Amino acid sequence: MSDPVNSIADWLRMILSSWGLSEGMITLILAVLGVVVLATFVLIVDILLVWIERKMVARFQDRIGPNRVGPFGIIQPIADVIKLLIKEDIMPMGADKFIFNLSPIIALATVLLLWAVVPFAPTVIGADINVAVLYVVAIGSIGTLGIIMAGWASNNKYALLGAFRTVAQMIAYEVPMIIALLIPVLLARSMGMQTIVAAQSPWYIFVIPLAAVILFISSIAELGRTPFDISEAESEIVAGFHIEYTGMKFGLFYAGELLHALTVSALIATLFLGGWRGPFVDQVPILGPVYLFIKAFLVYYLIMWVRYSFPRVRIDQMLGFNWKFLTPLALFLLIVVAILDKAMTDVNTVWYVLVMLGANLLIVWGTMLILRRYARTERVRIAEERPVAVPPETEMKELVGQE
Amino acid sequence: MPDDWIFIGIFLLLAPVFPAAAILIPRLIAPRKPNALKSETYECGIETHGETWVQFKAQYYIFALVFLIFDIEIVFLYPWAVAFDNLPMFAVLEGVLFILILVAGLLYTWRKGVLEWV
Amino acid sequence: MTVMQVIFLVTAVVSLGGAVMVVTVRNLIHASLWLILTLFGVAVMYGLLSATFFTVIQVVIYIGAIAILMIFAIMLTRRVKQEPGSSVNNNWWLAGLMALVLFTALVWMLSTWPGFQTTLPELPQDFDSIKVLGTALVSPEGYVIPFEIASFLLLAALIGAVAVAWERKS
Repeated sequence: MSDPVNSIADWLRMILSSWGLSEGMITLILAVLGVVVLATFVLIVDILLVWIERKMVARFQDRIGPNRVGPFGIIQPIADVIKLLIKEDIMPMGADKFIFNLSPIIALATVLLLWAVVPFAPTVIGADINVAVLYVVAIGSIGTLGIIMAGWASNNKYALLGAFRTVAQMIAYEVPMIIALLIPVLLARSMGMQTIVAAQSPWYIFVIPLAAVILFISSIAELGRTPFDISEAESEIVAGFHIEYTGMKFGLFYAGELLHALTVSALIATLFLGGWRGPFVDQVPILGPVYLFIKAFLVYYLIMWVRYSFPRVRIDQMLGFNWKFLTPLALFLLIVVAILDKAMTDVNTVWYVLVMLGANLLIVWGTMLILRRYARTERVRIAEERPVAVPPETEMKELVGQE
Repeated sequence: MPDDWIFIGIFLLLAPVFPAAAILIPRLIAPRKPNALKSETYECGIETHGETWVQFKAQYYIFALVFLIFDIEIVFLYPWAVAFDNLPMFAVLEGVLFILILVAGLLYTWRKGVLEWV
Repeated sequence: MTVMQVIFLVTAVVSLGGAVMVVTVRNLIHASLWLILTLFGVAVMYGLLSATFFTVIQVVIYIGAIAILMIFAIMLTRRVKQEPGSSVNNNWWLAGLMALVLFTALVWMLSTWPGFQTTLPELPQDFDSIKVLGTALVSPEGYVIPFEIASFLLLAALIGAVAVAWERKS
């Protein structure tokens, strides 16, 4: 009884084959069942996430958050869902109906699809394909399409402008993200998720912490969360690409964004924190998802912490940060890790980890030096005298013009 | 292995069903009273002025192009990374050379001032 | 009719239908969305041939980068409204006839090729195609020269794009 998922699957397979169905049909039915169970589970976690997010933001802002609806406000998200469902669905004049309706579906569906490759336990994974890491990148890029379609279909200048900026930000940050995803693939020699988890004898966060940091920063930018949320800037009146969406369609965008954050946390936990690895997980596979979700929520907590601590970054600062800092850093890290890994092929694990960790920290230290020098020049540049309309020492009399 | 792709194929077909259901339910239970004022596009509270279009800013296109080049480059590197065990050191250096050529391209665009968002 | 054949037929119909819609639809944005559907069909074709790496690469590069580039280019120009007039010109019957002749010629030529009837040998069970691809890309007996030339090609594309599209704001 320690592996309930596979036991139930085998039992169902037995029942279905005793009914006389062919092998292919059984696979199909089990796959459909698996998809429905996984998607439902993920959506229920999504609703829980709304509550977690609201309680966390409240605590960060020194208040309590929802606590009226049910014990500790736990029924609040359900109340929100019901409210969104009964709101009127307004479509702006001149909007492209089909694309307007399709965009929120694409936004949520792409996030759901990512859960197909997350390994929950040594024996429980949706689809253990050997190109899982690139699959994640592929599905993420389809999500980008959904946003630009949403902005276009709204027939609204601000939505379109917001959509353009969002897509420019998202495709820009995809580059360091793909490079940071390449580094664990390089160390594990495979793109399959189960293989990467199984290869993490020390967790990769202790071997290549800088890659984890780069992936973390790029993922926050991909999600469109603060400090990179110039696209949906909650405190500003023009809300970006989903300004014309009402009711449940807006709810899908919002829930999709939160679920995307948890999905990305689960992926970072899988690639860098060892996924389902933990004590006793080989004997009792059911502990695997428990460990995975603990680690995923830890990363999610970090994402929330960053969100509620930093101010918003301007779009030109954000894109400059990506192209001039993160991308060269990620490429340099890739070169260093590749050469070191090949040079240390026969070294034992402890020395290997120490050398890699040392190289990472060296790169971080060098980057800090460069950043400090850059900050110094920037400070000098900003403190320069700028032309003013009137010199500050001018007397009031001279201004008024005494004869 | 094909079983996994069947799972993904079915997931691809079924994943849009959940959000589609979420959109169709309001169609049954939500009020529907369109009027001209509600359907106007939002422009900070005033009436819209002019067609909906975006000022042509070459910057968007250039960023998308730079992204495309780097995307292709990194996609080339994935098989190189997976086959790392079978590669002697000079093959690793060949991959590093590949990366360095494109870093040169990045430096070129940086010096040209293409990466500024004006 | 095996399952693979059914899936192949459905994918082929979707891809070809999408391609026809791309060239006949009047609204440019709709045309680009039909193009994305066609590219997706091609990705599924790669999957049917067990080239799963190329399935995901097709989606990442074509749909995730090139289609977005095209959509940017379309949206940044103003003329995306429906253009009046029919979507075919007067000589469509001649073009259709030539397409049919070409198709028949291709089918006839392929049917005389003996390789059409042979079934492909099964790949060994532990054949890791990506590892083999990676080794071939950088081995001197493999494709290392085209690999490095590809990087030069990408560099040339980057510099060319900057030279063509960038106007220095002086």
